[in-house]
Amino acid sequence: MSSARASDSILIRGGRVVDPSRSVDASSDVLLENGLIAEVAAPGKLDAAAKKLRADVLEAKGCVVAPGFIDLHVHLREPGQTHKETIRTGTLAAAAGGFTTVCAMPNTTPVNDTPEWSRWMQDPERGASVRLLPVPAATVGSMGEKLTDYAALKKAGAVAVSDDGKPILEDEIMRACLVAAAKLGLPVSQHAEDTRLTGGCSMHAGDVSFRLGLRGMTIEAESQIVERDIRLLEEIERKEKLHAHLHVQHVSTLKALDAIRAAKKRGLHVTCEVAPHHFALTDEAVFREGFGYDTSAKMNPPLRPESERQACIAALLDGTVDAIATDHAPHAHHEKNVEFERAPNGITGLETALGLSLRLLHSQYGMPLEKVLFLLTNGPADVFNLSGLGTLKKGASADICVFDAGKVWAFDAERTLSMSKNTPFHDHAMQGQILWTIASGKVVYSAK
Amino acid sequence: MEQRVAAGSLLSVEELEIKDVASILKLADVLEDEKHTKRGKRLEGRKVALLFYESSTRTRTSFELAAKSLGAMTTLVSDKSSSIEKGESLHDTGVTLRALGAECIILRSNFSGAPWVLARSTQLPVLNAGDGMHEHPSQALLDLRTMIARLGLKKKRVDEKLLRGVTVVITGDILHSRVARSNAMLLPRLGAKVVLCGPPELLPEQALMLGEGVEIERDFDAALQRATVAMMLRIQRERLAGMEVNVAEYVAKYQLNAARLEQFAPKTLVMHPGPMVRGMEIDSAVADGAQSAIEEQVTHGLYVRMALLVRALKAGQQ
Repeated sequence: MSSARASDSILIRGGRVVDPSRSVDASSDVLLENGLIAEVAAPGKLDAAAKKLRADVLEAKGCVVAPGFIDLHVHLREPGQTHKETIRTGTLAAAAGGFTTVCAMPNTTPVNDTPEWSRWMQDPERGASVRLLPVPAATVGSMGEKLTDYAALKKAGAVAVSDDGKPILEDEIMRACLVAAAKLGLPVSQHAEDTRLTGGCSMHAGDVSFRLGLRGMTIEAESQIVERDIRLLEEIERKEKLHAHLHVQHVSTLKALDAIRAAKKRGLHVTCEVAPHHFALTDEAVFREGFGYDTSAKMNPPLRPESERQACIAALLDGTVDAIATDHAPHAHHEKNVEFERAPNGITGLETALGLSLRLLHSQYGMPLEKVLFLLTNGPADVFNLSGLGTLKKGASADICVFDAGKVWAFDAERTLSMSKNTPFHDHAMQGQILWTIASGKVVYSAK
Repeated sequence: MEQRVAAGSLLSVEELEIKDVASILKLADVLEDEKHTKRGKRLEGRKVALLFYESSTRTRTSFELAAKSLGAMTTLVSDKSSSIEKGESLHDTGVTLRALGAECIILRSNFSGAPWVLARSTQLPVLNAGDGMHEHPSQALLDLRTMIARLGLKKKRVDEKLLRGVTVVITGDILHSRVARSNAMLLPRLGAKVVLCGPPELLPEQALMLGEGVEIERDFDAALQRATVAMMLRIQRERLAGMEVNVAEYVAKYQLNAARLEQFAPKTLVMHPGPMVRGMEIDSAVADGAQSAIEEQVTHGLYVRMALLVRALKAGQQ
């Protein structure tokens, strides 16, 4: 910030405003007041108003000014696993990555399956830097047996329900989840994995898993659940006349993407997300010469072969994918520093999402900047019906990220703001450096 | 910042250059010919730990006797009699052994890739004595030494042409076999053709990716007709994970028995890494017959492992 004094107003001057929600890409100034977007106007036009408000001024010349990013899929580990991450540290990492809203998955200890825990997570006492929106469990204890109280959860701030990490396998239960959620306008966010097919598996089933002597998860273990869920949506439309909403998490295979693409064409309400590691890495990353099996490349769904990585990129480019979501999953060093098959799934991702998206999708695969930002802002906002977020329109929450879109830098895991360092992207090239992140009108991250 | 693997380790045959293979084999020869008294001074006073998370007869005893006959002190830590049972991590177990003075650790683990964890944690030379379904590098080296001895190749140079014209047929449960992987990754680099044989559920097509010079032949009789060496593998019941194998059908299709050997492979060298299940993948007449090198394999193992230990501890290398 240009001033040590905390002001209620900020003028972001001289930047290139890119707001996919309004198809805007122009040099503009942005004035924030009382936590909201007060005005976006041509350069210089807001100087007088800003002066009157004694607004702090951020000089954004040469930078992109975008809505703050929204992550539909993070694990902040609180309550219960605070040796991995806390809401405070996880949201600091979010802010450092340009995120101003994160949707917290329920696989905490205990499982967030009540309005009480959902409210607890959002309590200012947790010290969140950015907005935390709870995604509570779809079934009690995420056991896949009995539905949680969706109406009460929605009242407590739930934006979706999910048994993330534990897919809902029983047809009847999943149908009931979709119906109950549809009546309240909530999406059911599904981790698509047929765990009956993946017992003992720790990576993708293919040439690499064979060579490394690891049991592998097949593509079908993912796609069959997606296909089953889509069949349920169709049935619900036909029999119940309800337009239920299925959100497929972290899609990693062509087969699942094809099923989603076809379902969207048929008008079903299916959305999906892709994680940066699935468009950045392949299963070859599981073994590093001179180092050995790398548990920082172990997550679920697993890294796939190049053909599937390309399928993810194609689906991001053609609009099948609605959002980029990190699946930020911190783990302590001692938990990951074990035999590959014993290591927990997951990697951190909040601070590398923009850097990988711009380097790969934008620079290497030609995705327009506005489209990349759509997948990080307006796209995810639409998926979870977050009105007033992911946009710079007047009156929206003053959630903003300012970044140097051309800057290429190397990510240093040692400097992460997360409590955990389990990333496969240490020393990897990133494009686009966050300079400021502003959440509800407050600067929550500053590179300087 | 990042911990690397200490020199002298052997975690995978892929780390070995052909010249390394040559020097290990040469050292094994020297050690075999050496007088007990001289050999017994090579690692005098050095400390070697054997860390065994899986049961083993020949590999454990072979490493232990190899270390002892070089004069080293050995200690055995196994999962049934140690803090491993109490949930101690591999990292902590390794660091503890190092603090107790271990200078080299020999690891057998049921987890693929475990040797790298131990090597990074301890920074000691680690010898992989079998990791899950991944590799068993000392077995591949002793198999190679056995082939060289029995095929009359001792006078030849150990290079990429050493096994030219040699076809090694490996038959059975390839999917779960670390012996198959290590051999299939090592032998083609010395000029051998490796033919893998078995039913699809135990031998998926991905096995072809182990390296150039590897092929799949589902018909055992056809494979045998080409075999210079027939290496038989046990079905690893402990790793089948619910998979069913029809024993009668398996025996009919894949058992190496006297009739088959006589008809299709009357001159073929028969090998087996052990433990054998007589009457299943091999019958007794073949296992104990003139074409069998199964017992010699065990003896070759002793000298190969001596060489690996000397190499690991960098003591008096030739």
